[in-house]
Amino acid sequence: MSTANADHDHPAHLAHHFDTVEQQFDSAKLGMWVFLATEILMFGGLFCAYAVYRGNHPEVFLYAHHFLDTFWGAFNTVVLLVSSFTMAWGVRAAQLGQKNILVLMLLLTFLGGVGFMVVKAVEYYGKWEHATFAGPWNNAFFNEDGQFVHPDKLEDTVAYGAKKMDKKAHAVAHVDEELGLHDTDAERLVEKETQEEHAEQHEAAEAQDAAVAAAPGPPLPTDHSDFKPAHNGPGGLSDMFMEDGAAPEAFVAAAAASAAGHTFVTWEDLDNRQKGLVSQFFQIYFMMTGLHGLHVLIGMGLIGWILFRAAMGAFSPAYFTPVDLVGLYWHLVDLIWIFLFPLLYLIH
Amino acid sequence: MSVHFEHEHHVSPIWQLAAVLAVLLILTFITVAVTWIDLGGLNIWVALAVAVVKAAFVGLYFMHLRYDAPFNAVILIASLVFVSLFIGFSLIDTAAYQDQFEQPVISSDAAGG
Amino acid sequence: MSVIPKPAVTDIFGKPVDEQKADNYLTHGRGILSWLLTLDHKRIGIMYMVLVLAAFFLGGVFAIVLRTELITPNETFFADATTNNDFYNQSFTLHGAVMVFMFIIPAIPAILGNFMLPLMLGAKDVAFPRLNLLSLYCYLAGSAFFLWVLGKGVLNILFPTLVGVWGGGGLDTGWTFYTPYSTDSTTAVTAATAGAFVLGFSSILTGVNFIASIHMLRPKGMGWFRMPLFLWALYATSIIQILATPVLAITLLLLIAERTLNVGIFDPALGGDPVLYQHFFWFYSHPAVYIMILPAMGVISEVISVFSRKHIFGYGFIAMSSLAIAILGFLVWGHHMFTSGQSALLSAVFSLITMTVAIPSAIKVFNWLTTMYRGSILLATPMLYAIGFIWLFTIGGLTGVFLGALSVDLHVHDTYFVVAHFHYVMVGSTLFAFLAGMHYWWPKMFGKTYSEKWAKIGFWLIFAGFNLTFFIQFVAGSQGMPRRYATYPDQFHIYHVISTLGSYVLTVGLFVALGVWIHSLIYGRQTPANPWGANALEWHTTSPPPHHNFNKTPPATDPYDYSHWTYDAELDGYVLNEDNEPEEAEAAHA
Repeated sequence: MSTANADHDHPAHLAHHFDTVEQQFDSAKLGMWVFLATEILMFGGLFCAYAVYRGNHPEVFLYAHHFLDTFWGAFNTVVLLVSSFTMAWGVRAAQLGQKNILVLMLLLTFLGGVGFMVVKAVEYYGKWEHATFAGPWNNAFFNEDGQFVHPDKLEDTVAYGAKKMDKKAHAVAHVDEELGLHDTDAERLVEKETQEEHAEQHEAAEAQDAAVAAAPGPPLPTDHSDFKPAHNGPGGLSDMFMEDGAAPEAFVAAAAASAAGHTFVTWEDLDNRQKGLVSQFFQIYFMMTGLHGLHVLIGMGLIGWILFRAAMGAFSPAYFTPVDLVGLYWHLVDLIWIFLFPLLYLIH
Repeated sequence: MSVHFEHEHHVSPIWQLAAVLAVLLILTFITVAVTWIDLGGLNIWVALAVAVVKAAFVGLYFMHLRYDAPFNAVILIASLVFVSLFIGFSLIDTAAYQDQFEQPVISSDAAGG
Repeated sequence: MSVIPKPAVTDIFGKPVDEQKADNYLTHGRGILSWLLTLDHKRIGIMYMVLVLAAFFLGGVFAIVLRTELITPNETFFADATTNNDFYNQSFTLHGAVMVFMFIIPAIPAILGNFMLPLMLGAKDVAFPRLNLLSLYCYLAGSAFFLWVLGKGVLNILFPTLVGVWGGGGLDTGWTFYTPYSTDSTTAVTAATAGAFVLGFSSILTGVNFIASIHMLRPKGMGWFRMPLFLWALYATSIIQILATPVLAITLLLLIAERTLNVGIFDPALGGDPVLYQHFFWFYSHPAVYIMILPAMGVISEVISVFSRKHIFGYGFIAMSSLAIAILGFLVWGHHMFTSGQSALLSAVFSLITMTVAIPSAIKVFNWLTTMYRGSILLATPMLYAIGFIWLFTIGGLTGVFLGALSVDLHVHDTYFVVAHFHYVMVGSTLFAFLAGMHYWWPKMFGKTYSEKWAKIGFWLIFAGFNLTFFIQFVAGSQGMPRRYATYPDQFHIYHVISTLGSYVLTVGLFVALGVWIHSLIYGRQTPANPWGANALEWHTTSPPPHHNFNKTPPATDPYDYSHWTYDAELDGYVLNEDNEPEEAEAAHA
């Protein structure tokens, strides 16, 4: 795009309030980046919810993430990365006025989006089949006031999770063996030992829970009136210092989980409070991937639109702003997935 | 009229885009492979670091930030700073009050399976 | 300023403009579609004005309902306590939600900002006119949700059987939608949050537009530090709109998901964390308080300087303090959560940072006062409102320091002290600045004079009514009167009676102001291009401005240098000295 050109005549796509094509292009791009910032902040809310639940209940996430299929997650990552590449190539083609390459690249990018969504649909279907779906209707882990809402589904789902975990454990052991990192048997032993440690901790934790949950009826009233007076109102500084460094349970458990190395946290390893929070992992998973999937769909719509315009010959080296902006949007969708993938599928 | 930045739009050569794609794919493999090896508490940070590097490659080359008006990069970085501010404060606080926080606990008889 | 009105449209040199050429944005196109589909920022600003004022009226009706309920210590409207309390809960919720989301947040940026920003930049429009129109329709759509909530509530009261058909109406969660109550409430929380979500988009689009416009459309000669301070204020506001509003969007989405999908992130019955909701909500809503106040401060910076006929004092400090407030605004949200179970550690940190917000705020107040010092002050209506603003903002700001102090807040949290504090800031300051701006730019927007006498009467009624209503609430609050109750012990009766009477005076004052505007639109005389002798670029064109804003792009000069304008008694306005005819005007446009 040349500025000189804009000075001499008035291109059709130059809006009246801009002086030059250059200024218009830069404004559009700046506006798009500002918009992308709002997208990042919006996803930031979900990442915050994720961080809070994972940070405070790491073993719950460690347990629950085994229900997700790393292979499909990685596959989708590759699909999105390749589609980002074709999009970037498309922008290049638009800059150079290579119309056919542009159309081809946009088509490939669009197909990448289709591929991503198909895999996502397969994954979602799997979640439905194994009762780990969004919402209260078909999630075996969903609980309210301390009661599982679908106790009948729980056994099958837990068994399914155990099976998946076992498969992964074998794969990991296999890799370790290949790399000569650990002796498999030794690893099994370590695993057992740490499980015993866990059991001890859980006994203590459960004893605590039992004391709290001893009341008949719903195990723990959520009514504020039942809070202990010390906890009613803001936790004063005195609270923090008087309770002589009693580390919160979550931290102890977190430390245990990280010390446990390759240990796969199993359903039995979780205490009763943690069991109640497994549902949260799936809800957060669905909120994050759902909102991301919605963005993929919007991106596909936009790509479809510029694909149509590109095929009609609307773009030239002097005017390719929409291609560039849609490209930025598509890359952002990719960027978010780059973070979602390790955070959801690769919890260690 | 307005303040202008550099001009002549940068056109990325295909080899560069392809190289970036290759790097991204290799990093994806690394991030998966790292979960097979135990690094203790480091795993999450390795995963996040790899993700940040990948994001940087996408931002710098696919999104042209390296050749673009620097202010666009400022916007991106600012948004990340504010997200971390939000997550950071929320995380510090929720961790600090977690032990005072009473939630329903699954009753023992329902927790079988 | 209606001494010797001249009917003809005059240009900045006081010369009559040829009738044929006197095209203005109001007459440029005809028919309803020329308004509904317009991309002209001025028309969009005017449409915003109509809608936002309608929202203000609606919110005001609820305010009067609230104050009237509180005039007796017992149930006032309904004998049955449950009905009465539900009615009260819904009234204060809708008062808050409508006023915050539909009036205060859009008031100054969407009306005055939209209208003035391109003019002040010497530009023809905002950077993205179509997004601007979209933002108006987002506002309309979001408001429609609230009308739906309200309509449902009213119909449910009239025909109780309808509840079974379409579920609960109205809204009784408070404007903050705190969980877990908002996840259980049977009122139309989902529709209301969806409405606030859509209104958020309106706000975001305005912010995107303003940032891009200020970056890209500044004319030659207008460096960052040559911009009028109103633009700095709008820029800082836009930063907040961009960085905070999306978090509100995700918060409300999660709340909707909580109600429809039971995701259990916030609801303790499902294992969620209700305090986390408050973190989410206030990460937006505290900065949002600065979305309300920053543009107001921008208006005041313009008005104080013009009516003191003195260059603004400490330009750089005022500009930078806007940015400082915008950034610091993101670091203090936890001061809304001192009593909600937030950890002591963070409460202390947030309390400390809250104190620092007082610094940039005080910098502004001192600079305004210093600008006035030894100025040649003209107590015209806009200036009265601006001085009123300084008075009220000082009270509101200083009581904010009390509330930011952790130990004090624990005692007065959720009392009328808080109610009085935020009304002093949100109403006392933002509303007064909005009215200052409306009276200041009215001649530019419509090209009509208004009755200075009645406008001043309006000001005094509003000022007296406001202080009568809210000052006493500091006392009531410090005596322990909690907020959000329809009934109260007799000992608070006198406070509430005074407050309610004050609210009636305030209402009368607001209607006087409205009457002045309507009278002006019908009977007002043509104003000169620059009735106040200001020098920002919006005054360098005819009143009202032509469709393309400027017949000749004016050169950017120091907006606070008034020396080039001479008062013309015959015109009752200022004219630009001929020898200042800018040579580079054409060049700047090329």
